[in-house]
Amino acid sequence: MNSQLRRLRAELFATPADAALSLVLITLLGLGAFGFLRWALTQAQWAVVRVNSTLFAVGRYPVEQQWRLWLLTALLVAASGATWGLLRAHPRPDRTGVRWPRNDRLAVGLLALIALAVPWALALTLAIQSRWWGLLLLLVLCRWLAGRHGANLSPTGRRLAALVWPVIYLVGMVLISGGLGLVTVSPSEWGGLMLTLLASSFAILLCFPIGVLLALGRRSDLPLLRWGSVLYIEFIRGAPLITLLFLGQNILGFLLPGGLAPERVWRAAWVLTFFAAAYLAEAVRSGLAAVPRGQLEAARSLGLSYPKALQHVVLPQALRVALPAMVGQFISLLQDTTLLSLIGLLELLGTARTVMANPAFLGRNGEVYLTLALLFWGCCAALGLGSRALERRLDPHAVPSAT
Amino acid sequence: MSQPSSELMIEARAVEKWYPNGFQALRGASLTVRRGEVVVIMGPSGSGKSTFIRTFNALEDFQKGSITVDGIVLSDDLRNIDAVRREVGMVFQQFNLFPHLSVLDNLTLAPVLVRKRPKAEVEQQAWALLERVGIAEQAGKYPGQLSGGQQQRVAIARALCMEPRILLFDEPTSALDPEMVREVLEVMQNLAADDITMVVVTHEVKFARHVAHRVVLMAEGEVVEEAEPEVFFTNPSHQRTRRFLDQIL
Repeated sequence: MNSQLRRLRAELFATPADAALSLVLITLLGLGAFGFLRWALTQAQWAVVRVNSTLFAVGRYPVEQQWRLWLLTALLVAASGATWGLLRAHPRPDRTGVRWPRNDRLAVGLLALIALAVPWALALTLAIQSRWWGLLLLLVLCRWLAGRHGANLSPTGRRLAALVWPVIYLVGMVLISGGLGLVTVSPSEWGGLMLTLLASSFAILLCFPIGVLLALGRRSDLPLLRWGSVLYIEFIRGAPLITLLFLGQNILGFLLPGGLAPERVWRAAWVLTFFAAAYLAEAVRSGLAAVPRGQLEAARSLGLSYPKALQHVVLPQALRVALPAMVGQFISLLQDTTLLSLIGLLELLGTARTVMANPAFLGRNGEVYLTLALLFWGCCAALGLGSRALERRLDPHAVPSAT
Repeated sequence: MSQPSSELMIEARAVEKWYPNGFQALRGASLTVRRGEVVVIMGPSGSGKSTFIRTFNALEDFQKGSITVDGIVLSDDLRNIDAVRREVGMVFQQFNLFPHLSVLDNLTLAPVLVRKRPKAEVEQQAWALLERVGIAEQAGKYPGQLSGGQQQRVAIARALCMEPRILLFDEPTSALDPEMVREVLEVMQNLAADDITMVVVTHEVKFARHVAHRVVLMAEGEVVEEAEPEVFFTNPSHQRTRRFLDQIL
């Protein structure tokens, strides 16, 4: 303790000027924190969040069908836990991994805190609260099982395990929208965080291959392909997203014969996809430019065909370089989904605005917006953490771990 | 040193190449290489020696002349180009290892993808090759964690893993620190004792003297002199060769 105090003193009060600056900053931070806490604990009325928590989560999704969303959440949680464990069980070939590193234990602790505190703070019924605990248990159990037995999995098994994700995505689509014996829930009844995550994950998943193809097209030797890609990228990047969203809502109805035009939600999701693809293409292009020419030559001289050389040699390196920029794109894409509220969709922001328009919650904007900010921050932080972990795993210059 | 047979592995006749900017890099360069032969190409920088050997596996195209490699005529036919590349390995000045793959995966990538051989079998061969170039203990590391000399030895092993009949070396030691040159040359010298055909662009006089069957001097996009090393270094027939040797010896 004493040594920590000494370190603190050395870092904050080394010189008189440092000390003065530190004092001013500490005072400002303290005042800010005090003001915020006073507002959050005494003035703010969190009933608006407590009462509307389901609305924020899933919008006006029919109550009797919400078990489907719980099931989907459970599937996602199980897959996340299993993937997490598998990754720990299969460290990089040049490293000896630890099955439960400190960060993982911290993460489990944090998640447990969230699973216990959030439903309690929202004053959810005991039945719902226990579902949160169940999800937590499921996560830890899958993490534990996959970490313990994952090392026995053959390479083919691992590749099959990765297929779980697209399968869950498709299953999730069915669970959300219905069909195959389930009652149909029309997209107009989707909303809240669910719609935000659905629209952004759809756009992220689809804009990735489109963006890579556009980037390759822009570097192609075929003039038609090259100019087509350039034209597309520059046009999309020159137009504000909101105009494209309005355009999508209006034009698709005219272009496609009646009935064929997709539902409003899907129209918006496609516009988001095509918008993000243009930006992603530029991120990927910067990655492609960073791969030395010799890499392609070495691959070709070993007899790899051009597509194989791209797939196994050039793209893995280009995408690793482009990863931070791409994740930045994904994060802004997630936040851009708030624009969907302007074309009348009830995603997170749209839902929030209907709540704030309710006379019963007049003047409770602060609480609502703060909740929104926290939710968005949580999603973006998860994306950012995931991307940094991926970067570390793929970094070819990283020194092998000593342990 | 094994003796080359009479079978022709590379036959380049009057090859001419222009770069898109109009610069003529090759002005009728000709060379024949027999099976099992080690040919060293020397020459001042800009003489077209790298360009020349890069035409042998179609990394560079050419406009006039003809090249036949292992009985395959190099033309615009893509199948021919792929066929040639399978038989011709190349070692680059800058190693060009795949930095995102472990050393072992660098070796096994092409045999598995191109030759469609079972992974386990290729891995066994890869281990043997790494053993042979003296870096088996680094198999799990990534290229960025190795020294330049080690990287170049991995690159040689990677080329060998495709079991090529011809190996091309494009200044394999030029990017190395002096103390690492020897370990790479030793590996190359061991290879030369085998049946494999080697064409080496290098400035290493000692290697050319002791390992090559023939030494070739290129200048201004042409083959100027072709002789056994003893003759090449002591009694060359061309003025141009003498001038070059005066500069490097």
